[in-house]
Amino acid sequence: MDLSVRIGELELRNPVLTASGTFGYGTEYADFVDFNCLGGIVVKGTTLHAREGNPYPRMAETPSGMLNAVGLQNKGARYFVEHIYPVVSELPTQVIVNVSGSTIDDYVAVAAMMNELERIPAIELNISCPNVKQGGMAFGVTPEGAASVVKAVREVYAKTLIVKLSPNVTDIVAIARAVEEAGADSVSLINTLLGMAIDAERRRPLLSTVTGGLSGPAVKPVALRMVWQVAQAVSIPVIGMGGIRTATDAVEFLLAGATAVEIGTANFIDPSVSQKIAYGIAEYMARHGMERVSDITML
Amino acid sequence: MGTSVVRLVLTAPDPLPAMRPGQFAELRIDDVKDVLLRRPISIHDFCAGDNELSLLVQQVGKGTEWLCGRREGDVVNAVLPLGNGFGLPADGEPCAPLLIGGGVGVAPLLFLGKELRRKGLAPTFLLGARAAKDVLCREQFEEVGDVYVTTEKGDDGVQGFVTDHPVLRDRRYDSFFVCGPKPMMVAVAKVADELGTRCEVSLENRMACGIGACLCCVEDTKEGNVCVCKEGPVFNINRLRWT
Repeated sequence: MDLSVRIGELELRNPVLTASGTFGYGTEYADFVDFNCLGGIVVKGTTLHAREGNPYPRMAETPSGMLNAVGLQNKGARYFVEHIYPVVSELPTQVIVNVSGSTIDDYVAVAAMMNELERIPAIELNISCPNVKQGGMAFGVTPEGAASVVKAVREVYAKTLIVKLSPNVTDIVAIARAVEEAGADSVSLINTLLGMAIDAERRRPLLSTVTGGLSGPAVKPVALRMVWQVAQAVSIPVIGMGGIRTATDAVEFLLAGATAVEIGTANFIDPSVSQKIAYGIAEYMARHGMERVSDITML
Repeated sequence: MGTSVVRLVLTAPDPLPAMRPGQFAELRIDDVKDVLLRRPISIHDFCAGDNELSLLVQQVGKGTEWLCGRREGDVVNAVLPLGNGFGLPADGEPCAPLLIGGGVGVAPLLFLGKELRRKGLAPTFLLGARAAKDVLCREQFEEVGDVYVTTEKGDDGVQGFVTDHPVLRDRRYDSFFVCGPKPMMVAVAKVADELGTRCEVSLENRMACGIGACLCCVEDTKEGNVCVCKEGPVFNINRLRWT
């Protein structure tokens, strides 16, 4: 049985990645997963300059989900290159850097830095963070805005370019098409859904930013629908995510047309879940007599 | 125990890892409709010899309601030990510790008191509660050191908050170890700062992952936002912007 998949030039030993912002830099999970069992990890959103993120409180649990408003807290691209890259480049799995910015120049600058890092075979361009002003979502909500960032980054970035799409749009298919047209090698979706939670007794929002991004099982049907629609419309590989917490959930995304999946919020409930999902996909394939991941298709 | 607080005693088929006072466990909540995330609960007591740890759980929502409903023989999935514990004095280093707890925040102070005692020190406890019926684990604390109490209702000990108790300003104590509601900890930190007393506080910011990955539980410290789960939950007040 062959679990490997290909995203642009990026070879993954299996279709399971961990989602940006839910897996730190991987090392936080060293006690819980064998990196040899993961297709890859997408590390924390990295911006050109350090960001403190949003004030506490940044998280609220909601029915079968959670809202977060972390706001891209990170120490900046230079710090990543000097201090984090030497560590993550030793991990025995593919390491993809999620790149975020507030201007096209920021994205280009970070992408150019990542292009020089030998052990980073791909970046995931975050044009969909709902938690910072001009946190990329401004670009991600129109086909023109999305295409303009991707085009500019494509000029300086030679390796596999994945673009992470926002679900907070009228027509995600139009944006996916625009991004493909502009030179993306893959699209990943969905980022979090913009949401809100209120404490009725205290009569206040639960997040310092009032609104935040919803993730977890609650968003899965929306994510599946969008992955299905986008996979029908583009010819580049689609990476599906949104509420996956079991191998069956992951298989559903593959059936909807995804080539690979990312595991996000579920890492918080079971820090070993990504590895278990990779095993579970293999079990599913064995049970159905499938040889390759691409055999996981709808009847 | 007291109102809506339950002591959970856990063991494991394998030897439990070494733990330090102030560390915590992330407990998975199973089969409760809509509940997703683990619940962080501080380690109340730990005995390596018995391969047993105990936790105090106060019922505040659906997750803790499930935890409080566990009975002998039930299985709870726990990730532990997490975080850094209290900063214990080195062996032989003099220390006159006052351990100050409010409500269910007294939980980690029992384990801490026992560890201090093991080091030959004499911990003193100051326990704050709403009323006499809410003073938790008094007998266990009395086995470890002197116990002072404050209650808001005034039906046990000194009436008021822990900051109203004269022992807090007793110059004999050179270290405060504090766990309780944030306003209480801030008030104690201000007293410590005024007296120049070393003071560590255990925070309980709302968290998701518990291992420093999601960056949800941050505290605004003098070095910026840091994860309470990984860098804490115990902080020296010098690092915080409280005083």
